[in-house]
Amino acid sequence: MSEDLSSDASLPNGRGAAAILAAGIGSATLGVLALAGDAFAPVGHVLSIWPPSGPLSGVTTLTIIVWLASWRALRRRWRDRTIPLGWVTVASFAMLALGLLLTFPPFADRLQGR
Amino acid sequence: MEISTRDLITVLHGMGFGTLFMLAFSGAIGVIYATAVAGPGWQVSRWDRRMFRFYLVSMAALAWLTVLSGTYLIYPWYRAVPPAGTTDLSGYPRALLVSSPRTAGWHELGMEWKEHIAWFTPIAMTMVAYIFITYGPQLARHRTLRNAVLGFAAAAFLSTAVAGFFGAFLNKYAPVHGGATIVLSRG
Repeated sequence: MSEDLSSDASLPNGRGAAAILAAGIGSATLGVLALAGDAFAPVGHVLSIWPPSGPLSGVTTLTIIVWLASWRALRRRWRDRTIPLGWVTVASFAMLALGLLLTFPPFADRLQGR
Repeated sequence: MEISTRDLITVLHGMGFGTLFMLAFSGAIGVIYATAVAGPGWQVSRWDRRMFRFYLVSMAALAWLTVLSGTYLIYPWYRAVPPAGTTDLSGYPRALLVSSPRTAGWHELGMEWKEHIAWFTPIAMTMVAYIFITYGPQLARHRTLRNAVLGFAAAAFLSTAVAGFFGAFLNKYAPVHGGATIVLSRG
């Protein structure tokens, strides 16, 4: 059995927009927390929620919490709506780029004046 | 023929989960791109659609297994602090690397980049799998959505490539050894 798209009722893009923006938020959170844990010793100490893995355990756990919480909140608001995807995409990729930059050690070191 | 448990888990992390993810990547791009090329008239069987879903969910699962095993199993062995006075650092990969200016960069750039950048992949691939499952063939109608999915999938590939590259070299210069010995064959 096959499905013909031309006969399908189109699903609003809200759920997809929520997933994309949340992925961007998660990416930026990862970068900001990685930098904060590296730049400030007290923050790094707090982020060491599982000492064998050090601050990385807190950085990744908090990132997952922020990512999933933002996804849930956005999905609730947008699930049945059509969202202007232009700004969602731009914001998501900007946050992804920020996250990638902040986790690149030479860039993070430069920000810290090392 | 023997292998230590730490070696085995490291092999599973890199060669098992990570490499399988990289191998599957071109297929994922093909599946997503096919929706773009075929357009709204794309005929797809339920079986094919189910297989596409399984494929993308498996990729997301592989990405999660890779980062979780790396962060919570292998990384603690890698960053273990040697007792004062230890001269043989072969059991302490991080300390071994930073003990020499010729190898310190593998930790300061390699591991410090790898430990974070790898985490972009499961986030991106979970989103990619969710959107494909939610929209399926309707993705052909949502060009911006589809392009964003492809962009995040490409970022996931880049992240995995960086992590895999440094993982391979870190394991060459300062391998994680130890743990119980598993005998694979005798004689």
